[in-house]
Amino acid sequence: MKRLMMSVSLAAMLAVGIAAFQTAKADEPKQGGEMTVTFHDDIPTLDPAIGYDWKNWSMIKSLFDGLLDYKPGTTEIVPDLAESYTISPDGITYTFKLRHGVKFQNGRELKAADIKYSIERAVNPKTQSPGASYFGSIKGYDDVAGGKATELSGITTPDDYTVVVQLSHPDATMLHVFAINFAYAVPKEEVEKYGADFGHHPVGTGAFKLAEWTSGQKIVFARNKDYYHAGLPYLDKITFELGQDPVVALTRMQKGEIDIPGDGIPPAKFVEVTHDASLKDLIISADQLQTGYVTMNVNIKPFDNVLVRQAVNMAINKARIVKLINGRATVANQPLPPAMPGYEKDYQGYKYDVAKAKELMKQAGLADGFETDLYVMNTDPQPKIAQAIQADLKAIGIKANIKSLDQSLVIAAGGKKDGAPMIWSGGMAWIADFPDASNFYTAILGCGGAVDGGWNWAWYCNKALDDRADKANAITDPAKQAERNAEWGKIFEDVMKDAPWAPIFNEKAYVIHSKRIAGKDNSVFIDPIHIPVNYDVLFAKDAQ
Amino acid sequence: MPAYILRRLIQALLILLGVSIITFALLYLLPADPARQVAGRTASVEQVQRVREQLGLNLPIWQQYGRYLWHLLQGDLGRSYLQRSQVVDLVFPRLPATALLMVGSIFFELILGLTFGLIAALRRNSTLDQAIMAMTFVFVSMPAFLLGLLLLYFFAVYLGWFPIGGYGEFKHLILPSLSLGLLGAGWYAQQMRSSVIEVLRQDYVRTARAKGLSRARILVLHIVPNALLPIIAMIGLDIGYFMGGAVLVEAVYGWPGIGQLTWQAIQQLDIPIIMGVMLVVAFAVAMGSLLADLIAPFVDPRIKLR
Repeated sequence: MKRLMMSVSLAAMLAVGIAAFQTAKADEPKQGGEMTVTFHDDIPTLDPAIGYDWKNWSMIKSLFDGLLDYKPGTTEIVPDLAESYTISPDGITYTFKLRHGVKFQNGRELKAADIKYSIERAVNPKTQSPGASYFGSIKGYDDVAGGKATELSGITTPDDYTVVVQLSHPDATMLHVFAINFAYAVPKEEVEKYGADFGHHPVGTGAFKLAEWTSGQKIVFARNKDYYHAGLPYLDKITFELGQDPVVALTRMQKGEIDIPGDGIPPAKFVEVTHDASLKDLIISADQLQTGYVTMNVNIKPFDNVLVRQAVNMAINKARIVKLINGRATVANQPLPPAMPGYEKDYQGYKYDVAKAKELMKQAGLADGFETDLYVMNTDPQPKIAQAIQADLKAIGIKANIKSLDQSLVIAAGGKKDGAPMIWSGGMAWIADFPDASNFYTAILGCGGAVDGGWNWAWYCNKALDDRADKANAITDPAKQAERNAEWGKIFEDVMKDAPWAPIFNEKAYVIHSKRIAGKDNSVFIDPIHIPVNYDVLFAKDAQ
Repeated sequence: MPAYILRRLIQALLILLGVSIITFALLYLLPADPARQVAGRTASVEQVQRVREQLGLNLPIWQQYGRYLWHLLQGDLGRSYLQRSQVVDLVFPRLPATALLMVGSIFFELILGLTFGLIAALRRNSTLDQAIMAMTFVFVSMPAFLLGLLLLYFFAVYLGWFPIGGYGEFKHLILPSLSLGLLGAGWYAQQMRSSVIEVLRQDYVRTARAKGLSRARILVLHIVPNALLPIIAMIGLDIGYFMGGAVLVEAVYGWPGIGQLTWQAIQQLDIPIIMGVMLVVAFAVAMGSLLADLIAPFVDPRIKLR
């Protein structure tokens, strides 16, 4: 769940440029061949309404489809199960025309009622979907989410190939919502047949279908021969081997036994691998829509004082922390990552300045410093990063005791009003579910998240900014998106004036793959949407 | 004998009950909130509350335990929060892999442990003895995953004799069994050494020597059988000991057993899985020691079960 990785900007993807696989654009890759991907952990479920971690997220995308999708390797929204769509001028009504002849993998044709059923299923509390609230703008959401109704009054199907969605208020993120996994089409009869175990017997419309699942050992995808995108996918078969140690997986890849170590390059091997000339062309890196930050709980003294929060921002040597993790990130100065629309390129933030930080501490009446707790998740390299922060804070007189705990315990402490004075977010950091700036505000910096069990660990609540956020989210006119993004940039700039967070860095994603697998370009290995790998468009060189 | 077995089985049931109460209490005392994990990070407070009620996590702990026990009696180990699957369906398909690993490990620990222990005892206080003893201390104190990684690197990556992890064929079994077996072999070597030394001092060995039996015959007929007695009881307890190591070794080799499942469940605090594995393992340990006790009288007629 928290590990959901959404990644990458266009700019970053262009920057990736590695010449190794420049196949001629004109000729389509031939179908055929197979590949093997390894993961350390089990795949919990392949139910699109439930799957919410960075492994099953992309696997589900290959088994199922939604009304909308993104062009491979980009963040550009395109119609998918829908052939076309229109948005009413007031931004309230979305009308989708479905493709004809799309078949579920059980042979039945997909109809408008399936779209309606699938979204209602995700909202229904019985499904326990972690993505239910994404549909909060659809009319009738509260009744279904509250268990009072099973049908969303806002979704109607005038005929078998038309879906009309009515919102209760304009919502600029809605197109992304129609493209998110939770909205993917599932056949009712299969869901009812398998009940709670549908996640282990997935049936969708996607490029691949599930061929075999041996619990804890492997999952095999076979090409869906009836896939409605002609010519796709390229591979005949993908085998996911589970329970594979990341270091071992990397070695096996070098020996040609597997193609993609799904857990990436282990930190311990990072320097060795990136300096190996024979592997250089097989490593692809790109920015993610991720920010690592330190929260300061504004309810807990002395972090109620903005001067102290600003002093912390200036005291942390972020460049050194980036070095500590072998440069697998870039220094951050604002909540939004550079790849996100709305990021303020010219914003300077709080520069590393120990003298100035001390000065602010003095102004706050804390020249002698104070003692506090810094919570951190207990897996490598997070405690190491916390120690670096601890050392930096000590230089301005703040004695931060490190509380290194299991992820769920840190999350629990952050969700309590007076639970955790400071938290380093690493390992639990916010990664956007889709490329929209609002994703970085509502739950983690807005008043709505500053509640018991919420994700706003700084407990920062600024009503004026909440109003501006609502207004920005109501701008649905595609022509006004630049304006909307600029307003988001300003909102985050104003957040930083209050400094509830000290943004530290934006992590980069790395994927390494075998020589025999390629994509038309490298962006599909770190697809901004499929995170990391877009399995549908990879091909095997030995099948060409 | 049947009365004895019945009594032991009842004892085992009580142990299981105790294990379930302690694990349940410990896990539920953690301030983590499974409902929030299930509901996801975008869920509202009301949604989390609904999930909590659906999972029965809003009830007082003794009621939760009561429900758990009631389901347990019907053979239902509960449903995993995060894997969204019945715990029974997650644990039982993985049991054969772990059982196989146990068998392989016990094989290696006996072969290696007993041989080295015997050699060390017969060459007592020699350089060889000291070398063997030093080695056993290293194996006993080395963490299983480190030994696993070393063996993996040397035999699979460097020499290329074995596959680098995996499951399904005989060749996959060797290295994981050896990693776990060597840990136990250290113990057995030390145990065997002192056991043999003890036997060597016995009168019947001196008598055998005096009546002119060959060294080899004394060894096979008198020394080894008598030295083995205290060791048989140890094998029954190995299951519990190995489970700890299996969690790590299975993770290193990608061995699809319950150790790997446990490791993942602990990392995600998937309480129903942890509970399920604990109960299954506690049961296996109880049965293992019962089995060892039942075998003992056949090996040593002096032991009587009452």
